[in-house]
Amino acid sequence: MSDAILEANGLVKLFGRVVGLRGVDLTLYPGEVLAVIGDNGAGKSTLMKCLSGAMQPDRGEITVEGKRATFKSTQDARDAGIETVYQNLAVAPALDIASNLYLAREIRRKGPLGSVFRMLDTGAMREESKAHVKSLGISTLQNIGQAVETLSGGQRQAVAVARAATFGSKVVILDEPTAALGVRETNQVLKLVTEMRERGLGVIVVSHNMPNVFDTADRIQVMRLGGTAAVITPKTHSMQDAVAIMTGAMTVSDDEQTLGPAPKDDDTN
Amino acid sequence: MTDTETQSHADSDSAASVDDLLAGRKRTVAERIQHVLHGHLWLSPLIVLVIAVIAFAIASPGFMRAQAISLLVQETAVVGALAVGQTVIILTAGIDLSIGLAMVLSSLVMAKLVYDSNVPGLLALIIGALVAVATGLFNGLLVTRLNLPPFIVTLGSLGIFTAVSLLYAQGQTIALKPNSLILWTGKSFSIGSFNVTYGVLIMIVLYIVVGFALHFTAWGRHLYATGDDREAAGLAGISTKRVLLSAYVVAGVTVAVAAWIVCGRVGGADPNSGLNYNLLSITAVVIGGTSLFGGRGVVFGTLIGALIVQVFNNGLALANVDPNYQVLATGVLVILAVSVDQWIRRVRA
Repeated sequence: MSDAILEANGLVKLFGRVVGLRGVDLTLYPGEVLAVIGDNGAGKSTLMKCLSGAMQPDRGEITVEGKRATFKSTQDARDAGIETVYQNLAVAPALDIASNLYLAREIRRKGPLGSVFRMLDTGAMREESKAHVKSLGISTLQNIGQAVETLSGGQRQAVAVARAATFGSKVVILDEPTAALGVRETNQVLKLVTEMRERGLGVIVVSHNMPNVFDTADRIQVMRLGGTAAVITPKTHSMQDAVAIMTGAMTVSDDEQTLGPAPKDDDTN
Repeated sequence: MTDTETQSHADSDSAASVDDLLAGRKRTVAERIQHVLHGHLWLSPLIVLVIAVIAFAIASPGFMRAQAISLLVQETAVVGALAVGQTVIILTAGIDLSIGLAMVLSSLVMAKLVYDSNVPGLLALIIGALVAVATGLFNGLLVTRLNLPPFIVTLGSLGIFTAVSLLYAQGQTIALKPNSLILWTGKSFSIGSFNVTYGVLIMIVLYIVVGFALHFTAWGRHLYATGDDREAAGLAGISTKRVLLSAYVVAGVTVAVAAWIVCGRVGGADPNSGLNYNLLSITAVVIGGTSLFGGRGVVFGTLIGALIVQVFNNGLALANVDPNYQVLATGVLVILAVSVDQWIRRVRA
C-alpha cells in the first residue's frame, strides 16, 4: 500500500454563521484520480480552495507526503507541488500562451542580462511551452505566441490544464475542468487527466458529469452538506448509488467504503 | 420514408457546404485590419501621427521647419514624461488624476529649496524627487491597503496636492537663475539644425527604461496580467497588491523626472500649471492606444499619443485656426481612440 501524497484531516471552514466545511477528510494517493462530487453547496469548491491555498481552513490540517503543510497563499501550495485549474479559468487574456504557462514563474536570461537587467528569456519560454504542450498531446494549441483571448473556451482550458500538468510535481487539482466544454474538448481534457495519473501525479477532479467521473476516477469522494458522505469506487457502486448518496437517500457504512487506495486490476487498459 | 431520406441528404449537403464555406472563407479586409491592430497597438496612433504631420505640412509651410519641429518635441517632453507614469497606472486598470499636480508640487520643492534656502541643486533635486515618489506611494498605499478605487483616491489627492502646492508657493511663480542644475533640462544642444534639450533626452531614456521593464521583465508581465484580470493573476501566483503598489511608485519616479523637465522648460516652477498636464497625460495614453480597461497597451504608443496632441496644437496654431478647435480636435481624437480600442478588443482568431 502506497503512502498518501496529500492528506487533509478534519478541515473546517466557516463563512460567518454559514458552515462551508464541517470536518472533511481527504486522502489522495500518487498515481490516482480522485473525483469529488456533490450537489451545489456541498463544499466541493471550498475544499479545493483550502487544498490549493486560495482559502485557509479555520481548523484541521493538511499534510503533503506526510509532512504538515500550511498554505497561506496559492504560491505556498504551488511551492509544495500542488497546481490547480480553477473553474473560472485563471488565465490572463491579453498575454500569449507561453506567457500564461510561465506566469509567475518566468525564466530569466542567463548572464548579466538576466541577473542585472532582469531580462526574460522569451525564446526559451516559447520553446519549452511548445515542448510541454506537445508532450501532453494537446493538438488544439497551434501557435504558442497567440494571445489567449483569441482562443476558444476549450483551448483556454487546455492552456490552464497544460500549465497545471507541466508544473504540478505532486498533485493537480481540477475544479470543474469540463463544465464549459464540448464533447471533443472534454475528451481531450480527460485524456490529459489519465496522462497525469500515468506520470504518477495525484489528480483531484471536481465534476458534475457522472459518466466522465465514472470513466476516469479511481475513487469517488461524495460530498454532502459540507461533509463527506462516502468514498466509493466505480467498481463498488453505480451511478445511481452515487446520486443517492449525494442526495442523502442512501448511506454507506464504513466497511463498504474505499478509504485506502483503490485496488488496481491489470486487465483494464 | 423518402421524406426523411431527402431530409438527411439535405443535412449532409448543408454540412458539407458549411465546411466548404469555412475552408473557402477568407478574412474580410476589416477583420484583417482588426487583427493587425490587435497585434500592434501602436500602429493606429502612428498612422494618425503620420497623416497629421503630412496634412499640416501641406497646410502651413512653416510646420516642417527645423525650428518648429525642435519646439514641438521640446513641448512634448513634459507631457511625454508624465504620460509614462500614467501608462503604467492605466495598464493596471487604474487612473491617476493627480499626476500633474504631483509634478507641480515636486517641481516647486526643487525650485523653492534652491531659491529660498540656497540648497545645492543636486540636493534640491533629490528632495524634490523624493516628494514625487512619496506622492506615488501615498496613492498606491491607499489603493492597495484600503482597497479604494484609484479614481477616487487620485481625485482626493488631486485636491490635496493642489492645495499644498498653492499654500507652499503662496501662489507665486518662482524664477531661478539659468545656471542652476534644476534648469539643466532646459539647456539644449544641436543636432544639425535641430535643437534638442536635455529634457527631451531624459524623456527618451525614460521611455526606453520603462518600455524595457514592461516588455522584457517578469515585473512587466505581472503588471499586464494584473491589469488584465486581477483575480486570475492572483490565482496564478502573482502578488497583485505588490504589483499595484509598484505601479504607483514607478509613476512617482516618472513624476520626479517630469518635474525636473518642467523646471527646465519654465525656468523655475509655476504652481498654476498642473491641471492641464494632468488631463493631457491621460489624453496621450488613450490616443496612444492603451486601453483604459487595463492590461493592454504599449508605452511607445503613449509617446506617439503625446506627439499627436502636440502636432495638432502646433499645426492648427500655425494654420491660424482658432485655438478652440485644438481642444475640439483633441476631444475627437480621444473618442476615436477609445472606439478603436473597443473594436480591437473584439478580435477573434
